[in-house]
Amino acid sequence: MVNPEKIVKIPIGPQHPALKEPACFTVSLNGEKLVDLDLRLGYNHRGVEKAAEGRTYTQNMYLFERVCGICSHSHATCFIQCVEEVAGLEVPPRGRFLRTLIGELERIHSHFLWLGVAAHEIGFDTLLMYSWRDREVVMDLLAMLTGNRVNYAANVIGGAKHDVTDEQKAAILKAVDTLEERTKYYIEVASEETTLIARLSNVGRISLEDVKRLGTVGPTARASGLSQDARRDDPYAAYKEVPFSVITDTHCDVYGRTLVRVGELMESYKIIRYVLQNLPDGPIAAKAPRKIPAGEAVSRYEAPRGEDVHYVRGNGTEKPERVRVRAPTMVNLLSVPKMLEGNNLADVPITVAAIDPCFSCTDRAIRVADADGGNAQVFSWEESRRFGIDWYRKNGVDFTDVNKRLAQRLK
Amino acid sequence: MGLIKSLVTWSRVKSPWVIHFNTGACNACDIEIVASITPKFDLERFGVQLKGTPRHADVLLCSGPVTRQIESRLKRVYEQMSNPKFVVAIGTCACSGGVFNGCYNVKGGIDTVIPVSAYIPGCPVRPEAIIDGVVKLLGSLKNPAAAPKLPITIDPAGVLEKGA
Repeated sequence: MVNPEKIVKIPIGPQHPALKEPACFTVSLNGEKLVDLDLRLGYNHRGVEKAAEGRTYTQNMYLFERVCGICSHSHATCFIQCVEEVAGLEVPPRGRFLRTLIGELERIHSHFLWLGVAAHEIGFDTLLMYSWRDREVVMDLLAMLTGNRVNYAANVIGGAKHDVTDEQKAAILKAVDTLEERTKYYIEVASEETTLIARLSNVGRISLEDVKRLGTVGPTARASGLSQDARRDDPYAAYKEVPFSVITDTHCDVYGRTLVRVGELMESYKIIRYVLQNLPDGPIAAKAPRKIPAGEAVSRYEAPRGEDVHYVRGNGTEKPERVRVRAPTMVNLLSVPKMLEGNNLADVPITVAAIDPCFSCTDRAIRVADADGGNAQVFSWEESRRFGIDWYRKNGVDFTDVNKRLAQRLK
Repeated sequence: MGLIKSLVTWSRVKSPWVIHFNTGACNACDIEIVASITPKFDLERFGVQLKGTPRHADVLLCSGPVTRQIESRLKRVYEQMSNPKFVVAIGTCACSGGVFNGCYNVKGGIDTVIPVSAYIPGCPVRPEAIIDGVVKLLGSLKNPAAAPKLPITIDPAGVLEKGA
């Protein structure tokens, strides 16, 4: 039994050297050991979903790229897949392959970024500098293909915006060779460097049962042995035609998450090579109607951090009636208190970093306060779900059909 | 006293310590800030070093529009910095609110809350533009008489032309 007088509370954030984005973790400690973790989000909440209702679909593509600057293609593609489903648009094969290409380049840059940040959190700054130097190779490719290093705007409704020329193909293949060589070196580091293994092993453990119970997604879930990947389970873009394997690991700790991400880099190189060698001819985009018909759709996308889900409801005008974004970090954050149970204070930054959190994706937390400022009320998951369903039913939005269709598709 | 003053200015210009604070950005500008201090762009060759606490920092790099939740924190971080202090607004959102202007939880640009010394627009800002902005700011510290008046505004298109 812990003596409550011995518990020390330390706030980490919203401004903290270990956090790249504002979030507040209140850590309760007994000595060095972590007893409890309280999470406060919402510093990055901008109101993207509400803003989307006042903009046209084309303007919204610009907006949704900026839900998160790291997985910008993920959010934009996930949104646009919904719009295309509502409009009944079929993306031409070449457009689908090009989307896959940008998506995988984004995964590579995101995983290199993660490797650097994780290395920084454990004080291995050499690896940070190495991996960020290599990341610049991908950034150059993205700049070459789309004209911008980040937020590439590679989509239009009905397909892709930029085609790939033969010179660009050659440049990509050459760069991928370089990156593969470097990734092999990182795999060597990850499997042989004893300090790295000792620092990461048994930190932030989470079992397969807990992963399933908490609904964890992405590399975090795959590192606990859950084979789950929206690219394989519910193929979008060109993933139905592209052969690749889903990397899993059974270490269940931060070390496992590192191995999964490095392994996924190797898979991404394979996918990119396949996409470039088998790029179909034809148009890159279908012609989109100016007005999107009434209807609703849900789409899933495997972002670098995990499964991203968007819901779009159109009402026949050029603006959507409702958009909902569920970012992967939102669900992964729930697993962090579980991972940190009984760990040391010094393990907090690396464990939080290991889920590759993206708070700008996530910040849709609900905290309801009375107008006079007092009496804040935090909704539980079940309560807020109930409240949301009732509120939308009252306002004429019913998810029942969409849920049924989603369940059917998953079968 | 002239010697001490010039010594202080010299050391300030030769090694400005910066702190990065995300005030509600989409992460794009933040990763470009990190990119500009890592090997390819390497801001550290100008003595720029990223610091963890506002009390050690001379320059506050803000990215993103100011959300209502972060507003009081931003003020606190700014107040904790010791004088003289400079604020650089990185990215279109930090300059004016950008694409998030008008959102219910967004106040607008950084200058709606604290004074800004340099504006670097771009969505996201390219590392070249960040370097240009920081170097110009340092130049204005070295020789206040000859330098452009604060705030400095960087033209991202101009930076790219020069770089190409």
